Amino acid sequence: MSIAEDTPRRKAGFRFERWAPLILLGGALAIYVVVALVTGQAQYLTFDNLIAILGRSIALGITAIGQTFVILVASIDLSVASLISATAVLASVVMDGSPAMILPAILAAIALGGLVGLTNGLVVSGLKVNPLIATLGMSLIIQGCLSAFVSNFAGEVPAAFQMFAYGELGPFPVALLFLGLLAVMAWAVLRFTKFGSDIYAVGGNEEAARFAGIKTGRVVILSHVICSICASIAGLYLASRLRSGAPWIGSDGVYDLESIAVVVIGGTVLAGGRGGVWGTMAGMLIFSLIDSVFNIAGVDSFAKQVLRGIIIVAAVAFYAIRSKRIVA
Amino acid sequence: MSDSATAPKRRLPQINPVWVLLTVLVVAIIFMNPRFIEPTGYMNFLKRAAPLAILAAGQVYVITSGGFDLSVGSLITLVVVGSSMLTNNDPTATYWVIPLMLAMGLGVGAVNGLVVCFLRVPSLIATLGMMITLNGLAFLWSGGAPRGYLPDTFRFFGRELIRDVPLVRFIPVSVIVLVVVVGLLAWLMHRTNLGRQVHAIGDNPVAARLAGVAVNRVRITAFMLSGLSAAIAGILLGGFAGVSTDVGSGYELQAITAAVLGGAQLLGGRGSVPAALGGALALTAIFTLLNFLGLPQPVRQVVQGLILIAAVAFAMHRRRQTGT
Repeated sequence: MSIAEDTPRRKAGFRFERWAPLILLGGALAIYVVVALVTGQAQYLTFDNLIAILGRSIALGITAIGQTFVILVASIDLSVASLISATAVLASVVMDGSPAMILPAILAAIALGGLVGLTNGLVVSGLKVNPLIATLGMSLIIQGCLSAFVSNFAGEVPAAFQMFAYGELGPFPVALLFLGLLAVMAWAVLRFTKFGSDIYAVGGNEEAARFAGIKTGRVVILSHVICSICASIAGLYLASRLRSGAPWIGSDGVYDLESIAVVVIGGTVLAGGRGGVWGTMAGMLIFSLIDSVFNIAGVDSFAKQVLRGIIIVAAVAFYAIRSKRIVA
Repeated sequence: MSDSATAPKRRLPQINPVWVLLTVLVVAIIFMNPRFIEPTGYMNFLKRAAPLAILAAGQVYVITSGGFDLSVGSLITLVVVGSSMLTNNDPTATYWVIPLMLAMGLGVGAVNGLVVCFLRVPSLIATLGMMITLNGLAFLWSGGAPRGYLPDTFRFFGRELIRDVPLVRFIPVSVIVLVVVVGLLAWLMHRTNLGRQVHAIGDNPVAARLAGVAVNRVRITAFMLSGLSAAIAGILLGGFAGVSTDVGSGYELQAITAAVLGGAQLLGGRGSVPAALGGALALTAIFTLLNFLGLPQPVRQVVQGLILIAAVAFAMHRRRQTGT
């Protein structure tokens, strides 16, 4: 998170950009606690309930980790939602209730993700198509192909694979531990590897990165592959949770736009080059806390949507209002 | 800044490829269905394309100024749902509901612009938030189940035909609205200072500011025009599509696709209203053609995706060749 901060402005002391996700998270947590106490529902303040809140946003968290990579290289991926649907259906059809097919199904899903990410990356970096358009087109293509073949829940996930979503290790759900592990891995890649620093370099200034000898195309492609593979893992998780795959689970969860919102609320800049995985995790926590606040307070589901839109804009404004640049 | 200037080597004639594409598609449609050359055929086609074309013409302002407006689809929904709630089957209510809806479009655009300019939220996120909010409002307003019809006075613009016109026999009112709105927007974009300023801030906002362009005011105006065009599109769609909470969904992407097909450059600096009209007509023609071929909805999606990517890839290739 600290490699490519905008250093010239303030070198020492309190750096707002760095702490903003934590401030927002603290605020969300405070609101949650206050609402729970005011409405007299202290049972929502237990550790178990906190774990349950987290459990609801695991798919979003996994997708958002991948999305962090592409946004860091100043790209974006709108195809994750339909890819999630596609991999969930693919996995559950390949498994079809037989435990022996779990491994082939996982491999097939990840291969599909890799292929989609590779195509996205090639179109963005090779054909120079605006990433928004490239991945939007890809999303339409995937969704179209998918709904040409299946229109309802297809296949079945064997009980052994449902462990991924429902299993528990001590007090923690397996999936939550997996999400934590994935975040640590992503952080390590961004913080300690050459690829990680290349990502920040390319996102900060692609031309400068190329002149510095970085193979920028390769970095962009690899980021897209990582993003798509994360989305296919999220698809596997959802298949395991729903016990089957359906062609609408990705678009129903609005994973494309929500994962972008989570990343941006976590302090990663849409223009690329600044941000990190822990901010994204904070963003995910903020999202799930807000949802829980709405549930506890009994907000009407339509009003919830209205507030949600306002909160996304307000949270981004919280960072952006200090910038002097003219935004796109 | 402009399409025709400063091309060192011109391999292709200076005609926007979207017109070639449109011509090919129209010929293909006529080949599939010869009755298309009769007024009933092409007037109905234009009538169906009108909302998208108007929407695309508004979207071009925002895209050329360097932003996105994702909120137009949900704004259409809100206009349709809101009109049905407000008119409440009273035919005379139309005369104050329509101005109110146009004002709402301008208002939503102004909020988008203010959030982008003063809260410095990237337009992608700002209008995405607006899209979610407006969708929620449409549900909230109608209680999730909007009433099924609008009075005939309201549906006049989207549905009625003016008969006994020489040469073409009849003209749908929506086509007249289309010509007037797109004509005005084209004039504003290509013949006035505002249009030049929109191009300038999309090309290089800092340079534009230093040259004395009131960047914020121009950007807010661009968003307001986009909101207004969405309100007009909503009024037309309410006329022939009826009331539901998903009339507008997907229109934001189609509008962006149409603008891009017309050669508008994402992130700003280049865009043309007539070409966006061409893009909208081409997109509608593609859908019509797929319909004639009897291809199902999923194929439509795949084709739209492929065309979107191909159009931008082609534009980028062409730009690299001409060196502009």
